[in-house]
Amino acid sequence: MKKKNNKTFISNLITYAMVIIAFVVISIMQEQKLLSYSAKQLLVPVCVWIVMAVSLNLTVGISGELSLGHAGFMCVGAFVGAVLTIITKKTIDNEALRLIIAMVVGGVAAGLTGVIVGVPVLRLRGDYLAIVTLAFGEIIRNVLNLVYVGMDQETGALAFGFNNPNLPGKLIVNGPQGVQGITRISTFTMGFVLIIFALIVVLNMTNSRAGRAMMALRDNRIAAESVGISATKYKLMAFVTSAVLAGMAGALYAMNYSTVTGAKFKFDTSILVLVFVVLGGIGNIRGSIIAATVLTILPEMLREFSDYRMLIYAIVLIMVMLATNSPAFKQWLDIAKEKITGLFAKKKEKGDTANE
Amino acid sequence: MSEKQRTTMVPYPSHAIVPERDVHKKPVLEARHLGVEFGGLKAVDDFNLIIGATEIAGLIGPNGAGKTTIFNLITKVYQPTMGTILVDGRDTAGLNTIQVNRLGIARTFQNIRLFDKLSVEDNVKIGLHNQMRYGAATGVLRLPGYWKQEKKMHEKALDLLSIFDMQDLADHEAGSLPYGAQRRLEIVRALATNPKLLLLDEPAAGMNPAETAELMENIVKIRDTFQIAIMLIEHDMKLVMGICEGIAVLNYGRIIAKGTPSEIQNNPTVVEAYLGKKKEG
Amino acid sequence: MIRVSFLSNLINGISLGSVYAIIALGYTMVYGIAKMLNFAHGDVIMIGAYISFCVTQYLGLPAWVSVLASMLVCTLLGMTIERLAYKPLRSAPSLAVLITAIGMSYFLQNIAQLIWSANPKSFTSVVAFEPLRLFGGKLIVTDEAIVTVLTCVVIMICLTLFTEKTKMGKAMRAVSEDKGAAQLMGINVNMTISVTFAIGSALAAIAGVLLCSSYPALMPTTGSMPGIKAFTAAVFGGIGSIPGAMLGGILLGIIEIFGKSYISTELGDAIVFAILILLLLVKPTGLLGKKVNEKV
Repeated sequence: MKKKNNKTFISNLITYAMVIIAFVVISIMQEQKLLSYSAKQLLVPVCVWIVMAVSLNLTVGISGELSLGHAGFMCVGAFVGAVLTIITKKTIDNEALRLIIAMVVGGVAAGLTGVIVGVPVLRLRGDYLAIVTLAFGEIIRNVLNLVYVGMDQETGALAFGFNNPNLPGKLIVNGPQGVQGITRISTFTMGFVLIIFALIVVLNMTNSRAGRAMMALRDNRIAAESVGISATKYKLMAFVTSAVLAGMAGALYAMNYSTVTGAKFKFDTSILVLVFVVLGGIGNIRGSIIAATVLTILPEMLREFSDYRMLIYAIVLIMVMLATNSPAFKQWLDIAKEKITGLFAKKKEKGDTANE
Repeated sequence: MSEKQRTTMVPYPSHAIVPERDVHKKPVLEARHLGVEFGGLKAVDDFNLIIGATEIAGLIGPNGAGKTTIFNLITKVYQPTMGTILVDGRDTAGLNTIQVNRLGIARTFQNIRLFDKLSVEDNVKIGLHNQMRYGAATGVLRLPGYWKQEKKMHEKALDLLSIFDMQDLADHEAGSLPYGAQRRLEIVRALATNPKLLLLDEPAAGMNPAETAELMENIVKIRDTFQIAIMLIEHDMKLVMGICEGIAVLNYGRIIAKGTPSEIQNNPTVVEAYLGKKKEG
Repeated sequence: MIRVSFLSNLINGISLGSVYAIIALGYTMVYGIAKMLNFAHGDVIMIGAYISFCVTQYLGLPAWVSVLASMLVCTLLGMTIERLAYKPLRSAPSLAVLITAIGMSYFLQNIAQLIWSANPKSFTSVVAFEPLRLFGGKLIVTDEAIVTVLTCVVIMICLTLFTEKTKMGKAMRAVSEDKGAAQLMGINVNMTISVTFAIGSALAAIAGVLLCSSYPALMPTTGSMPGIKAFTAAVFGGIGSIPGAMLGGILLGIIEIFGKSYISTELGDAIVFAILILLLLVKPTGLLGKKVNEKV
């Protein structure tokens, strides 16, 4: 028991330490003006994608349900958060506070969407669930493409329109053109804070009664129900928690740009996050962080290969799945392992006899 | 077990027998005219059974007789299409698996269903899910309630594992255990839900005679310690005849005989069901 | 006037729905037998359309040759995909298979983008006869619509006969019912699955050509939305059921066209998905699907 507890504890500690050290090092580099302009541009997106990957891993890895609509929740958080910062620009002076409020409200909005989506969807299983989350992601984006919000510049009065851009005041949400006139208040520090928050939520949840229930349902639903664990409750809990975190990440993402459109949260974005999760290892939170970081930075460094980026992702996705799930591949791996250890054993034997 | 130690079985309301000691207690399970149809086929038909509060009952019958289906009906994996199931006197109509478990029914599975990738201890802790509770927020925020309850869960889990002398395996991955240990772990997990009736689906399958003998002792020990009823499906007649007090024999989804071990052994219908009809010549 | 526009929408809906139905048949057959959602099926459609495009444009061959060529290429493609990516995962968890299929879908899209670039190509219709003019020219039924619907009906009849009457068809039904038992009965399960992918992919090629004949902008992403909607159609009708795929496809096409013309163009897809979700909540197995109990 102690041993196992320590193992999880140490593993989590490494994860936190990794994030904190990276933050400190990068902050110092930033202070010393060692970062190029393009590197600085990447700091917030890296944080955003890390949170997206960590949160999706809760649904896919811990709860065991494939969600293909994660970008939809990000989209809700981005829109709600962006609109909120524009509205509160005059009332709240402190940018950090405004950002935090935007992230919290964006997260809550995404969480509510998660409840609305999750309650019907989580009754379905496996492939059906995947396709319906995909559908919901598209619906959320389609609907947001039709939303118009006008704000009176003087009074701050708001006017909402659905599929109707003729509103009084200046349009702050302009249908397919998205939210316009956002002040770019996202900071790397806030990104770091959000990562730590996401890690605390996901790791602590996983290593508690709720997380055990989720994993039990993932590994064997019938057995879990036979010991009195409600599938609806815990699947929904994982799904909504993951939606809240995605919404917060979405708000952070939106506030890093001056405009944000629904087109940024297409199905492709959901798949991209899924690629992070799969490459980092399904259920492996630290892996998600590393994969999200590397796969966000790498394409920027290898711009000349940008045509091949998605192609390479696709190939890697297939290869990883084959490598981790194909019995033939596993057998091959075992044989290889045996040969290598056999080699070592022989060497050792030789060494031993030599010593004698 | 010698004949002298055998429980005296006494008639109970109608067509049923329970151990004498349970006669004044509410029966833990009562199935009345229970039945289920799959696409017009009656997998179980007019199944009636009463199990006393601390009885060890056996459910036997040839392969495909519908024994596991009975378990699935009692635990609401399938909803019965006919009849009633009373658990501790309460009607279970409309309840689901989770609610029936909370009423006090726990089970093991014929094809073992453990949470393979989790540790042995976590498997038991999952069984304790509804026994020792704290909210999800308490868990995420690591409030005092979390530490207190986790400590209690840890102690209880080891305590339960010690029934089968498995406390040293607590850290092992459940899926990596040998077959017999997996079966025992399933029993511990079921016990963790604090049941009134424990349903064991072929607990001795795949065990060697020594392991089976030990299992028999342990089943009786569990009943004695926890004062619960146990119903088991088993093909090992030595086990069934050795520890079961009341036995029901199922064939083609119907009960063909009920009684004490000695009554069942001498029942010609049972013999026929198992060995087929004797033909002349 | 209203009646004519209604009829015209209905015809467009049935025509689009027929394309969905043909794609959905591929999905449903593969799902029925391999118990997997072949996410890349939609992209096989796109490849099929590109092949046909190349054969007519660059080789200057007649339309019917291009259709045959694209069927041939897609059949081989489908079988190769199954062999390389799906077969090794036959006993793997469904999550792994689904992710692999998504990877395959992206692989095909990106390969297509490298070969043919992301710019839309203007597809020339493979059918070229006079459209049908009814009500004194008020209602025009395009030649593409007529051919699409007819093709769909013919495919449906052929497939039904195939699965009911031929030995291979019976083998398919047996494999979809119980792989292990089918194998014990001497059915070559791997071959049967391979043939299913082949048929599904050949149908995808036809669907691709028909789809692009009606909606001529051909891009590497052309297949993904119709693919997803066709899967929706297959689920709608009850996955694994051939008449279900047909019914689901046509209903979905009609719903989409009517939603687009009477409610909102922007919300057309959202309406389709919303109806799928509603249906799944009421009847999780789809319109004509069977309920399968997990063995405990």
